[in-house]
Amino acid sequence: MSHCEGQLVRLAESDRAAVPFTLNGAPSLALEGDTVLTAILTQRHALRVSDFSGEPRAGFCLIGACQDCWVRTEEGQRLRACSTLIEAGMRLVTGTSNNGRQP
Amino acid sequence: MTRSANVVIVGAGPAGVRAAETLVEAGVRPIVLDENARWGGQIYRQPPAAAGFRRGPRALYGFEARKAAAVHAAMARLLPHLEYRPNTLVWACDTHEGRTDSTNQASPARDAPRSGIAGRLATLSGTREQDVPFTHLIIASGATDRVLPMPGWTLPGVYTLGAAQTALKSQGCAIGRRVVFAGTGPLLYLVAYQYAKAGAKVLAVLDTSATAKQAAALGALAAQPSVLAKGLYYVAWLQAHGIRIERGVTLEGVLGEGHVQGIAWRSSGAPANADAPPHTLECDAIGYGFGLRPETQLADVAGCRFGYDTLNRCWLPERDEAGRTSIRGIYIAGDGAGIAGADAAEQSGRLAALAVLDDLSGPDFAPSAKRTATRVETAASTRRALQRIATFRSGLDAAFPAPFERAAAWPDAMTVCRCEEVDAGTLRQCIRSGAATEINRLKALTRVGMGRCQGRMCGEAALALLADETKLTPSLLGRLRAQAPIKPIPLAAALCDEAVAEVPEDARDE
Repeated sequence: MSHCEGQLVRLAESDRAAVPFTLNGAPSLALEGDTVLTAILTQRHALRVSDFSGEPRAGFCLIGACQDCWVRTEEGQRLRACSTLIEAGMRLVTGTSNNGRQP
Repeated sequence: MTRSANVVIVGAGPAGVRAAETLVEAGVRPIVLDENARWGGQIYRQPPAAAGFRRGPRALYGFEARKAAAVHAAMARLLPHLEYRPNTLVWACDTHEGRTDSTNQASPARDAPRSGIAGRLATLSGTREQDVPFTHLIIASGATDRVLPMPGWTLPGVYTLGAAQTALKSQGCAIGRRVVFAGTGPLLYLVAYQYAKAGAKVLAVLDTSATAKQAAALGALAAQPSVLAKGLYYVAWLQAHGIRIERGVTLEGVLGEGHVQGIAWRSSGAPANADAPPHTLECDAIGYGFGLRPETQLADVAGCRFGYDTLNRCWLPERDEAGRTSIRGIYIAGDGAGIAGADAAEQSGRLAALAVLDDLSGPDFAPSAKRTATRVETAASTRRALQRIATFRSGLDAAFPAPFERAAAWPDAMTVCRCEEVDAGTLRQCIRSGAATEINRLKALTRVGMGRCQGRMCGEAALALLADETKLTPSLLGRLRAQAPIKPIPLAAALCDEAVAEVPEDARDE
């Protein structure tokens, strides 16, 4: 399956205003009211890689309990993707582990 | 003289909102702390505000639309009469009756006894750290999905049933293009129905509970006839729409490289060690779960006494009928006190608030008060409603038991702890060496449950494995202790001191 396709699929209310952000250095669009998780996973399959095995992770509980969905900004700030709303101009990076290491 | 009360409610789901309402009606102005951005809790979760989401209650909450709208409207009416703090994480609770080993500097002891302050909460809102003292605290912290591991469960595309529902409800998204729902419990059929109804492609519902168990529980489930009817409706609707339903299955695992590509299971009655290959189905997402588990960390760090609850199959804070815990001034309500659902949460929220009001008119706060029937005693219909729901709840557990006994068959290489990536073999080796016969020792030696989720996702699995290896009942194997901060926070917040230098990001949260 193509990675452009993304894990999540929009079923409803996709006529919200577009929000520009940067994903892995490339210009990207989300919708107003998207969580960071939705903004990334409608385009990709993973948010980060795990700290030890380096395997991809894409969140699990979506209610702030499992701590699986942390993503990094280009500045190195860590966001819990399921409970952080996307903001215009955010510069997000997938593929890093929680402690910032590249796999 | 009546001392001033400082009543704090943690959580703004059905329990927290009804507790707040009951207090406001009696002239008390509570503080409501909500980790979410908007009130409603998880079940009545609202989409982000002012972002162009337009689906109405009927589309979002189905048959529960009326109740959801009522809870939302109740809280909206209450806003001028209470202090609502959304996006606020409560990460610690310190009480003078609680544990004495706390290192939190926010000691309530300096306030007691003159002010009546029973304890303090440490909260974090954005980057703003704030101490919230309370005379009375109602914990309405709700629940999370009860999950058990299966091979491949950490692959992108595997989500909890609750997560699948949250994606749809608050983001208008499905977790994938071809979705399989698996596990057991009423949520399994509800989420499958909601997905199919919203236009998602639902390939199958794989229930680990057998038809016979569900039939045998019908008597108890009839205690809530309308809820039972809804459950049967979802199943009938799925069947009528040609969605495959398999019951009594054994989940073998998730298939895929890099992300979900399929699921494997064995049918009811098939021998577990059969050479025949399992059934497989190609899919790109799996929603799964085995009911709910109470979120009890806050009561734990407050020092409340816990007891093992065989119905919930977990440790719960001890409480009286109205929700009073072992610590004076701390009450619990809703699913965080034991899973009973949203209707029960509304009732138990009211009851806990009545208990607070009763205790406020007691000798500590109003020494001259005469002994009359208490508010809790007078609330007979609320107590009867909770009784009926409790009967129904026992039926649910009989109908949809979580397959803890599968622990014996978990492959050694399967990840049990997602955060620390501890596999079943590592746990077995530790237990078989004799080094750990208790869950906290197993945690200390293997790091299971020690990661960022604090065992919310793996604690029950670790306990099931320990029970299987030791052949002891879970109640004898100890309780996985919660620690402050109960969820990750930047270390700088814990220091509560502006003079402290900024801590490097990489050193935080451990």
